[in-house]
Amino acid sequence: MIPAAFDYYRPKTMGDVIALLQEHGDDARVMAGGHSLIPMMKLRMADVPHLIDLQAIDGLDAITIDGGRITLGAMVTQHDLINNDGLSNAAPILSEAALQIADPQVRYMGTVGGNVANGDPGNDMPGLMQCLDAQIKVVGPDGERMIAARDYYESAYMTLRADDEVLVSIEFDAPAGGHAYEKQKRKIGDYATAAAAVQITSDAGKVGSASIAMTNLSDVPVWSEAAGAALVGTACDDTAIKAAVAAMLGDIDPSEDNRGPVAFKRHVAGITLSRAITRAWSRTTARA
Amino acid sequence: MNDMTPDREERSANLKGMGCSRKRVEDSRFTQGKGNYVDDIKLPGMLHGDFVRSPYAHARVVSINKEAALALPGVVAVLTADDLRPLNLHWMPTLAGDKQMVLADGKVLFQGQEVAFVVASDRYVAADAVELVEVEYEELPVITDPFESLKSDVVLREDLEGQTEGAHGPRKHHNHIFTWEQGDESGTNQVLDNADVVATESMYYHRTHPCPLETCGSVASMDKVNGKLTLWGTFQAPHVVRTVASLLSGIEEHNIRVVSPDIGGGFGNKVGVYPGYVCSIVASIVTGVPVKWVEDRMENLMSTAFARDYHMTGKISATKEGKITGLHCHVTADHGGFDACADPTKFPAGFMNICTGSYDIPVAYLAVDGVYTNKAPGGVSYRCSFRVTEAVYFIERMIEVLAIELGMDSAELRRINFIKKEQFPYTAALGWEYDSGDYHTAWDKALKAVDYDGLRKEQAERVEAFKRGETRTLMGIGLTFFTEIVGAGPVKNCDILGMGMFDSCEIRIHPTGSAIARLGTISQGQGHATTFAQILASEIGISADSITIEEGDTDTAPYGLGTYGSRSTPVAGAATAMAGRKIRAKAQMIAAYLLEVHDDDVEFDIDRFVVKGAPEKFKTMKEIAYAAYNQAIPGLEPGLEAVSYYDPPNMTYPFGAYVCVMDIDVDTGVPEIRRFYALDDCGTRINPMIIEGQIHGGLTEALAVALGQEIAYDDIGNVKTGTLMDFFLPTAWEVPNYETDFTVTPSPHHPIGAKGVGESPHVGGVPCFSNAVQDAFRPFGNRHTNMPHDHWRIWQTANRLGLHD
Ligand SMILES: Cc1cc2nc3c(=O)[nH]c(=O)nc-3n(C[C@H](O)[C@H](O)[C@H](O)COP(=O)(O)OP(=O)(O)OC[C@H]3O[C@@H](n4cnc5c(N)ncnc54)[C@H](O)[C@@H]3O)c2cc1C
Repeated sequence: MIPAAFDYYRPKTMGDVIALLQEHGDDARVMAGGHSLIPMMKLRMADVPHLIDLQAIDGLDAITIDGGRITLGAMVTQHDLINNDGLSNAAPILSEAALQIADPQVRYMGTVGGNVANGDPGNDMPGLMQCLDAQIKVVGPDGERMIAARDYYESAYMTLRADDEVLVSIEFDAPAGGHAYEKQKRKIGDYATAAAAVQITSDAGKVGSASIAMTNLSDVPVWSEAAGAALVGTACDDTAIKAAVAAMLGDIDPSEDNRGPVAFKRHVAGITLSRAITRAWSRTTARA
Repeated sequence: MNDMTPDREERSANLKGMGCSRKRVEDSRFTQGKGNYVDDIKLPGMLHGDFVRSPYAHARVVSINKEAALALPGVVAVLTADDLRPLNLHWMPTLAGDKQMVLADGKVLFQGQEVAFVVASDRYVAADAVELVEVEYEELPVITDPFESLKSDVVLREDLEGQTEGAHGPRKHHNHIFTWEQGDESGTNQVLDNADVVATESMYYHRTHPCPLETCGSVASMDKVNGKLTLWGTFQAPHVVRTVASLLSGIEEHNIRVVSPDIGGGFGNKVGVYPGYVCSIVASIVTGVPVKWVEDRMENLMSTAFARDYHMTGKISATKEGKITGLHCHVTADHGGFDACADPTKFPAGFMNICTGSYDIPVAYLAVDGVYTNKAPGGVSYRCSFRVTEAVYFIERMIEVLAIELGMDSAELRRINFIKKEQFPYTAALGWEYDSGDYHTAWDKALKAVDYDGLRKEQAERVEAFKRGETRTLMGIGLTFFTEIVGAGPVKNCDILGMGMFDSCEIRIHPTGSAIARLGTISQGQGHATTFAQILASEIGISADSITIEEGDTDTAPYGLGTYGSRSTPVAGAATAMAGRKIRAKAQMIAAYLLEVHDDDVEFDIDRFVVKGAPEKFKTMKEIAYAAYNQAIPGLEPGLEAVSYYDPPNMTYPFGAYVCVMDIDVDTGVPEIRRFYALDDCGTRINPMIIEGQIHGGLTEALAVALGQEIAYDDIGNVKTGTLMDFFLPTAWEVPNYETDFTVTPSPHHPIGAKGVGESPHVGGVPCFSNAVQDAFRPFGNRHTNMPHDHWRIWQTANRLGLHD
């Protein structure tokens, strides 16, 4: 549990970060909260000769709610998501999800940017951001660009962000309607056996729109367009929920691990999603 | 009488003796981070050792190239088996009469086995150097299943080839270690063949691991000038370690000092002798400077002492009315690559023969076959006396299965088969003599406390609601009545590497009336410094606050066999009381002299001796202590000291009645513990607060084992649960509120009637949690499912029973 030797940098400007990334290429990595990266380095599964700490860069930890648009700086911690009243009103799914990530100690350090950038299928934020149809802002040698969260993930740990780009913020519209983040895990501090992020709006007693994303059930987060579509226009009754679950099951591809075999995971994915839909829908009517 | 003299009640309270919830004196340093653990030890010039470990579960070691590692600045040495061979330390004896490689000698037998020991200027350099040691392996077929092992042509232990006789009798196959038989085989078979009802069940008690917060480690310092070796380490038995170190190294025992400093939990993990200890000693001898070795969490989980891994098959017979008539048990025990079980020498399967439990079973038979596989060695008693968790799990599951067979309530089945109060001392069919018990009283109290009949009614209603589709949650009621066997000795039966399992206490009273007592045991969190002072306070009339308890330094403490198997209070606690009584006897003579009366005319009264019939004439223990040092007393040596080596006449048999109420989500497999009630009878209670703490801890480790904690291997012997992400260590979040209760049935042979309690909750807790899960599915035809009951396995049970259709 001792990492290989590395050089540590703590630059003050984003320009310096990008310069370091360009200089060291593959051998350099940025570090945010370090709670995914450092364990990997200690296990010697990640070899990072040049470690660039983002903690000293100003302006990366803001939560802005501007009209209906929410922007989260990359260095906003998971703890910050839980204790921000404005955010809890505008997008309550964020605190509901953050409370199910790890434990308080990890949440004080772990960041939204790190969680989204990491590309680990176990992370909860990527699916959540897909559910919210977030845009991810990255900056690199050629300036800034936006990438849709729903396009961002290619395979485990592989994303559309280039090695010399840094994730600076994530933005999305404050969701309307009801929400739910439902997660089954073995214990505190565990990644999901299955998790579902659901946002639903109601329109005269029927589902107006629905967005559904699943976590840790494939090598990437799974935004199931078909599952959402299966709910739209229905009364969100048992039949509709079953159809949404069936559609979702067509999109996931879980693999066996210590959390259980594939058949179990698929079953639990279905249960998790149907509970999330039920809760989100009940909140829709509560809000209406 | 002097009016200022405190009354008896106040004097008694001031003592903080037995029965009071004295706060733990250890905690001020532990809660402030001021403990002193092995890894806190830093000596001038100290080097650091780290292991190259095998990535394979079974392979030949073709070659080891140290060159690149030695070239790394800061690397001092790389030791391999070839370097240890001239010292004859490349193998070491195990506690079970087998031998174990210290460093891979030609082959490796489990993943994580120690292959080479790198010694470097700091632990970072050592870790880098480990990566640079090039080992060439040739993979061999891997066996992780003991049944397959007994059929396989593959010889795991080539060093034993041709040896048909092992440490515990004949070996039937090249991968077989021993067969251990107890009881009456033909008698048992006869009863089973002719019984009204026979229930048969096979169960696997999975491999798990005691997981103390502090991992294992040692610091060895060989002083070449004076020839003395000092060894600090995470040792549950420091004196035995000194003897073994002397026998192995040839260094005379007086030249070895072994110190167990503060220990961050043991649970059996720190009983054995590990290659790291040996390598740190050798490295210090070779380099002439101190060498530290501390394993990390992954190394701890994958290579040091596992627990359990018992495949058990039982047959239990009864009359139609439910009176048990016989019990048959066979165990296939997976011991891994070396037999390093930590049991008394004559008990290769520990006290598994306590498997008749709390029941009056006329005839029984037990056979245990030990088998080699490509898994880590160990087989320690994880928070229990030797193999007692296995035994209690076995019988408490067999009772449940028999209840199903008989169509009976299992609480009632237990009740009609309990050993009766008047039968004690009771000799069980497999030989043990139970010292004392009152099972019926405890059971009735427990069932009443939880409103057992009400729970069963609620459960039946839940089943109906489930069948009507109104709920997807089932309710399980877990019952367990356990009897432990703890406190080994007696010396005539029990030894470890030839050392009789007595224990000891040495007391010195200082002139001003305070004291120090040293014991042969070593606390790992049990609170010895608190409770042993309480025993002494009551025995010698000096306040517990004025008594220092010291353990763990072999240069100062009397020889003892250490702390495990709940033996500290039954054995060292008894030695403490006996040594205290010697002090008191001498104090009585001094008091009589000072009061100018005959010895028999004074009597002990809380903190003083008083003249019989004239309590206004007295000498306090403080006055007596002073007199022992400041004046010549005819016929008495100066000073006030005593030592006792206590060989217990029997073990003690704590017992308890536990009930767990659990709600199980059939769709997700998630169990929720609604209630856990634990009644413990550990005889005389020394410190109720510490007892409660021990019970909470033991139940939590029981919950862990029953609901998910395991060391799992894949088919090629890779450890699948090598980090705390996958190895379940419960937090406050997963743990319910425990309700504790007690009865008091003192041990008749123990000086203060105490029985030991730290392990009871684990022993009783595991079957109780498991029975709750199994009971929830009983109405749907479940007989038995194996632990650990993690989400997917519970889900699988529901699935198998058709509850998802
Ligand atoms: C015990 C434990 C339990 C956990 N449980 C959960 C859980 O249940 N759910 C969950 O989602 N997570 C969990 N985590 C992970 C935790 O939330 C991490 O903090 C998070 O995944 C990564 O955030 P970080 O700030 O620590 O990133 P780091 O570890 O610093 O970085 C992670 C990766 O992202 C890259 N990165 C970080 N920031 C940026 C950026 N701004 N631009 C580009 N790349 C960047 C790094 O280079 C690295 O590759 C757990 C962690 C631990 C230790």
